[in-house]
Amino acid sequence: MLEKYRDKKVANNILREIFQEAKEIGDEIRLMDVCGTHEDTITRYGIRSLLPKNVKILAGPGCPVCITPVEDIVMMMEIMRREKERMILTTFGDMYRIPTPKGSFADLRSEGYDVRIVYSIYDSYKLALKNKDKIVVHFSPGFETTTAPTAGMLWEALERGVKNFRIYSVHRLTPPAVEYLLRMGTKLDGLITPGHVSTIIGVVGWEHLTEKYGIPQVISGFEPVDVLLSILMLLRMLKDEKAAIENEYTRAVRYEGNTEAQKKIKDIFEVVDAKWRALGVIENSGYKIREKYEEYEIRSYYDIEIPSLPDLERGCRCGEVLRGLILPYECPLFGRVCTPRTPVGPCMVSYEGTCQIFYKYGSLYG
Amino acid sequence: MKIKMMHGAGGEAMDELIKEYILKTITLKECGEVSLDALDDGASIDLEKDKLIFTIDGHTVKPVFFPGGDIGRLAVSGTVNDLAVMGAQPLALASSLIIEDGFEGEKLKKILESMDITSREVPVPIITGDTKVVEDRIGVFVITAGIGRVERIVRDSGALKGDAILINGGIGEHGFAIMSVREGIDFETPLKSDVAPIWSIVKEVALEIGWENIHAMKDPTRGGLSEALNEIAQKSKVGVEIWEEKVPVKEGVKAASEMLGISPFDMANEGKVVMFVNPEYAEDALKAMRRNPLGKDAAIIGTAKDEYIGKVVVETEIGGKRFLERPMGDPVPRVC
Repeated sequence: MLEKYRDKKVANNILREIFQEAKEIGDEIRLMDVCGTHEDTITRYGIRSLLPKNVKILAGPGCPVCITPVEDIVMMMEIMRREKERMILTTFGDMYRIPTPKGSFADLRSEGYDVRIVYSIYDSYKLALKNKDKIVVHFSPGFETTTAPTAGMLWEALERGVKNFRIYSVHRLTPPAVEYLLRMGTKLDGLITPGHVSTIIGVVGWEHLTEKYGIPQVISGFEPVDVLLSILMLLRMLKDEKAAIENEYTRAVRYEGNTEAQKKIKDIFEVVDAKWRALGVIENSGYKIREKYEEYEIRSYYDIEIPSLPDLERGCRCGEVLRGLILPYECPLFGRVCTPRTPVGPCMVSYEGTCQIFYKYGSLYG
Repeated sequence: MKIKMMHGAGGEAMDELIKEYILKTITLKECGEVSLDALDDGASIDLEKDKLIFTIDGHTVKPVFFPGGDIGRLAVSGTVNDLAVMGAQPLALASSLIIEDGFEGEKLKKILESMDITSREVPVPIITGDTKVVEDRIGVFVITAGIGRVERIVRDSGALKGDAILINGGIGEHGFAIMSVREGIDFETPLKSDVAPIWSIVKEVALEIGWENIHAMKDPTRGGLSEALNEIAQKSKVGVEIWEEKVPVKEGVKAASEMLGISPFDMANEGKVVMFVNPEYAEDALKAMRRNPLGKDAAIIGTAKDEYIGKVVVETEIGGKRFLERPMGDPVPRVC
């Protein structure tokens, strides 16, 4: 079914038009993707190698695992150390290896703690049902797309009265981060807007950015033809000096989004200011479990102070990568000191981290 | 350094372990043209007239029985294939069984029957062995060593500029089949391991085009096709170009790959051979492969070049280009 979205002929036709538009515009055009899966498609299919020289694609903060604050990981480790064998900690495979100045969840496991990798929060919930004598905590990162199933799972835990299941919410909202970049002066001419997030928050969830900052957006799917078509749609708007939001991913994204999921999220979570690793505190960008459900938030049981820690190791330019200021190969550590096996920064650990994507697929820049 | 799982998963981590620990500690390691240092699929023992290839492979797959095979079939195939990709006709195998206390006798019987059936397919006799029972919770490990006779050794380092690159069928089937069972993931199309001894297909290609026209060969097991191609590119000092749309990938593998966000290029194969052959004989080699039931989906997937030496470049389905890097340990599914 997806074959037509990977068709070379279709891709070539779109590319021809992209070249035409880019030539007419003439100036350098900077577009940004803000989703690890988009970056994955762009790099995996070598899309940058196909574009005209004056069309640049930057990669923004599209990796929820990369921006999870160091202090939260350290706090979770501290909780685990207090609870010892009474607790099972679950998280995603890449979160598991994210380095902090105080080690990673992987190190915790080497010390003998019960830390497990899961593919979804559902696996974690099942573990809780199976291990009634333990507290099962899911360390839960992710944008709106992942927050929706988290909310759903917590609803089920509530309804079934599951008492030994908790999460550590480090969920974040995407639009505030993009707005933050725009305010901080990252120079960009158009946004390749994430399709998965938009299935939840809809076109409406992004409109304010175009209204406020005059930036054209195209909500894009994840196949190479989707991305190429979105680039073309952005170039056409730029040529016509039009700032609007268009939807390329109509097969999945509705204007109003998934209102049911939105409601579930809203019932469980409130929106608060939150820290993003290597970016700082961003207004209204975090999902916190509401007070009436706080028995499901592991943090509510402890009073632990974690001193502020450095976000990144010296020399690591993950922060600039996340802001779309540089691409990974511009970092002197990339591919030399910093590889997925010996990662210096979070962008190299996560599957959605721009550095790891560049390393794994080896764009022809390196 | 602590030894971690990734040190056993193929890829760069494992490479470092082997080079830093094994190759630097073992000092007497040569008995012929191909020594331990070559880190090829096996090594050679040069006798006065004959050349023998000697190889060993430990099999620890979990689960022991998986869709498309079991540890017995894997143990025989793995060692036969290591001999085959060096151009050696398998002469005999040795097998060591390490069994956990309490292991079901019936299961062991099934594994041994599977070893027997597979060895008859080749055919290669299993002429000696060793059996241990241990308290450690290991299930069963099957370690097989093999010896083969070779006319002309095919090395990882022998690929030449201009060579055509062939593979005998779809990639990633073993890796995804194992992962689906291990992780309890049901795919719509059931995935089966491709585990099989590939000596027959190697022999038939050699008969068709001559050993001298097979310049390099590898069985893309751990680390998948990515690892195998990168090894050949580095050892042979050529640039490898792969045409993604030509690489055979079964529907089930495609679906699993998309669902899990893992490239089939990085997933293990246990019944595949990648061959670098003289381009003049590429079509003949392809025909010979396709005549064999193990090669009906065989394809010419790329060419060796003199640009990007030591690297593998993939021309993607839509015509873009990127490097195909060595995987860095066992692939793990993405978050979303």
